[in-house]
Amino acid sequence: MLAQVLFFAFLGSTLGITWWAARRTRTADHFYSAGRSITAAQNGFALAGDYMSASSFLGISGLVALSGFDGLIYAAGGLVGWPIVLFLIAEPLRNLGKYTFADVLAARLAQVPIRVSAAVGTLATVSLYLIAQMVGAGGLIRLLFGISYEAAVGIVGAAMIAYVLFGGMLATTWVQIVKAALLLAGAVLLTLLVLAEVGFSPLRLFAAAAAVNGDAVLAPGRLVANPLDAVSLGLALMFGTAGLPHILMRFYTVPDARAARRSVFYATGLIGGFFLLTFVIGFGAMHLVGPDAIRAADPGGNMAAPLLAVRLGGTALLGFVGAVAFATILAVVAGLTLSGAAALSHDLWVNVVRGGTADPAEELRVARAATFVLGLLAVGLGVLFKGQNVAFMVGLAFAIAASGNFPALMLALFWRGTTTAGAVAAMLTGTLSTVLLIYLSPTVQVDLLHHPAAIFPLRNPAIVSLPLGFLAGVLVSLARPDAAEAGRYEAMQRKASLGA
Amino acid sequence: MAAEHEAELRALAGARRRLALLLTAAMVLIYFGFLGLIAWQKPLLGRLVVPGLSLGILLGALVIVSCWILTWIYVRWANTRYDPEIERLRGHL
Repeated sequence: MLAQVLFFAFLGSTLGITWWAARRTRTADHFYSAGRSITAAQNGFALAGDYMSASSFLGISGLVALSGFDGLIYAAGGLVGWPIVLFLIAEPLRNLGKYTFADVLAARLAQVPIRVSAAVGTLATVSLYLIAQMVGAGGLIRLLFGISYEAAVGIVGAAMIAYVLFGGMLATTWVQIVKAALLLAGAVLLTLLVLAEVGFSPLRLFAAAAAVNGDAVLAPGRLVANPLDAVSLGLALMFGTAGLPHILMRFYTVPDARAARRSVFYATGLIGGFFLLTFVIGFGAMHLVGPDAIRAADPGGNMAAPLLAVRLGGTALLGFVGAVAFATILAVVAGLTLSGAAALSHDLWVNVVRGGTADPAEELRVARAATFVLGLLAVGLGVLFKGQNVAFMVGLAFAIAASGNFPALMLALFWRGTTTAGAVAAMLTGTLSTVLLIYLSPTVQVDLLHHPAAIFPLRNPAIVSLPLGFLAGVLVSLARPDAAEAGRYEAMQRKASLGA
Repeated sequence: MAAEHEAELRALAGARRRLALLLTAAMVLIYFGFLGLIAWQKPLLGRLVVPGLSLGILLGALVIVSCWILTWIYVRWANTRYDPEIERLRGHL
């Protein structure tokens, strides 16, 4: 009951924010980048909100509750991408681009091929991420609220379309900020309640959990059975963050490069703190609820945090955690849809179909139409993939971002010799090899198709596909150097330092 | 002299790039070092430092803390050294 009340309170207030934002969203610039009016601290919260999905909260706390230490590998891996974003991407991206990361590549390379292949990379990443979120949302809401899967997916889709369609980036950002604050508050509350049971000592909590479940929960377990797979997963997590289109798009919402830099600093602090809390919550669930009860509710462990909430604060706290998880999914899918819409309207429609000179009012109309289409597509895919195990799709999205988008950005920003054909080759090789290797991996061949063995032995392809992306970019660039594109390198570097 | 200032700007951009690459390398070493220990030194990471705290949990938490420290180093350098220089050069160019 309380869960429904809290959830509808969140829905009501975020639709209120959308109404407020809609009156301020009159141009394409407002729609894509909130008129560059977001402050560094606000963007820090919004970046953290984009990244702290329901799967990272419920999934990592569940993994810790079931296997202990191993969850920390994901928690640490989730954070290490952020310093990379800060050091290599945030400032030049802000200074060189306008709405999408393809703007950075197009700053000195040929528009049409760059835009088309960047849109392919963006839409592949965004749709995989969307499917994982939608299917997760449907299942989670069915567990927490007892409504049907299809109804849950429909509610998420309708609210998300409303935020983005009417409120654009301004509404999406504020929904993300509200949700990030709620999620952090919920995590702090759960952590304090857990620690209150063990005299406010995390070490006593770990020791108590190990006393019942064995010292093995404090040591590396089965998650890293194959070292190559672990390194491969690490590569995707570390460099994928720097290639996620919906994250990169956020750097255009702040006034300048200095604010972009400071926003990553805030985000790194918030996300790191969130993962540390999640780790304590996971051990709290292991100690206070027990792995068997958690596994009985959901074999994947996703119910660890909700069950812990019931144990510590009854149905009231469960309602709060459920509403926060729902809010989290809504905010993340809104951000994803907006970046997909930007790829369709800004990259494909304006810069490919219209040759770069569309009327701004037309661009806004196309962006809204793209939002609507993508929203419907997300609902359709969510229903289509009902009951499928889609957890691997987030990993796939990270691997594509790390192997396609990230190498192209690095080559364009740091190597004079990069040509249009080279950047296109990097993006397409990285993306296609990732998809092919995932298809040949045990995740698809054994788990989904029930074949006895897989052709490619690793579950995470980045250790092959990321070097392939770079290699394709370098070789194709060297094969046919382009003096004019190399000549524009100095001017691009100048603009990357000084801004427009 | 515009040419002189252009050269200073290039030098400043080069300094930023060197620091960025150095800090990136540090982050890569820290995280993949941690993963390497998990992969090849499992018993070592399971050893308890104090009751309840294994070396693995301590190092995992330190990876997170090292992310904070590295970003702090970069932001501090950029705010106090890089930005004023960029502002000064922007006035000349």
